[in-house]
Amino acid sequence: MSAFDPVLLFFLLGLTAGLLRSELRLPAAVYELVSMLLLLSIGLKGGVELARQPFGALALQALAVMAMGSLLPLVAYPVLRFMGRFPRADAASIAAHYGSVSVATYAVATTYFTSRQIEFEAHMPFLLAVLEIPAILVGIVLARGLSRDIRLGSIAHETLLGKGIVLLVGGLVIGWASGTDGIAPMKPLFFDLFKGILALFLLEMGLITAAQFGSLRRYGLFLVLFGIGMPLFSSVVGIALGYGLGLSLGGTAMLAILAASASYIAVPAAMRISVPEANPTLSLAASLGVTFPFNVLVGIPLYHAMTVKVFALAGG
Amino acid sequence: MNSSMRKLLTVITEAALESVLTKDLERLGVHGYTVTDARGKGSRGTRNAAWGESSNIRVEIVCDATVAETIATHLQTRYYDNYAMILFVSDVAVLRPGKF
Repeated sequence: MSAFDPVLLFFLLGLTAGLLRSELRLPAAVYELVSMLLLLSIGLKGGVELARQPFGALALQALAVMAMGSLLPLVAYPVLRFMGRFPRADAASIAAHYGSVSVATYAVATTYFTSRQIEFEAHMPFLLAVLEIPAILVGIVLARGLSRDIRLGSIAHETLLGKGIVLLVGGLVIGWASGTDGIAPMKPLFFDLFKGILALFLLEMGLITAAQFGSLRRYGLFLVLFGIGMPLFSSVVGIALGYGLGLSLGGTAMLAILAASASYIAVPAAMRISVPEANPTLSLAASLGVTFPFNVLVGIPLYHAMTVKVFALAGG
Repeated sequence: MNSSMRKLLTVITEAALESVLTKDLERLGVHGYTVTDARGKGSRGTRNAAWGESSNIRVEIVCDATVAETIATHLQTRYYDNYAMILFVSDVAVLRPGKF
């Protein structure tokens, strides 16, 4: 087996083409469709499993993961504000990106785990959906403060009805309601084609990532260091939490990956409306230009190796 | 040709603003508007519409001079500081003035 999964080679192809200023690009409608399919298949897969889990355990995990999603931006904010010397709104917005998750990183992780036959809790997409929201609210409060009137209604609408959440949660519910047999006829589209769809998606992600490099050069070294340092820290938090919750080795590694990933769809859209004075280029340069490539190329195997080590030490 | 003069207000801005902006327009009394996807380059760099965050929209509104003035002032005070937005006004002849 080659060192890189072919889907990552697609990412590198997009990245290279983008850096060389090729005119290659996925039509907007195709990109939309491909990301819809990814979200739905991840949701469906998790939903089927959700039906088999006891409610109490799920609720506990959801609460713990929400707490983690709120905590991570609170750690990132002072680092950005005082070490990075970013203005308040920018620090809060970047911090929110790092508390939330990236579905694309999760999708790459599932192919990595599947090809190495590493088992992980199949209801992970549920935790993925849960982890997406809290950081957005924390980010808005960090930028605005609690005193000023925050229009909760419109923020809730913006975050909960963003298309990512709607599709992911929708997939979860449909999978949960239909069960394995129910969704079997849809298997060719949503599951058999998963890797090919992911390859197309990552091709476009490579192009988008390449477009961030220009702004990265402008905003300098600190953002690069933060974009690598923060996920490393978050992955340790994720491993600790997964281990504490009694997840399997694969599940713990997956939680570490979720913690380490940074949002680039739900959070930017919400921040653009709720914290307009934050510069969107900064957070996207960090989350897409640094953290996403770092996570998919280096992070996923690294966090898995770290988890193996922790389990070996703890298991005696 | 029996025509009368109206203002055509064209706003080019970030796609992220679409829902907020159209709500504002309706509140300010426009009778209709047209939104199209757009791409281009300006002081905030290339907006190539490759994906949601970097895509632009062009909103066109035909209305009378007073409403055009109100909208222009509103957009200027509310959005100019923090969003990529340009706005220009031109005179157009319309055939069914009752519609605008």
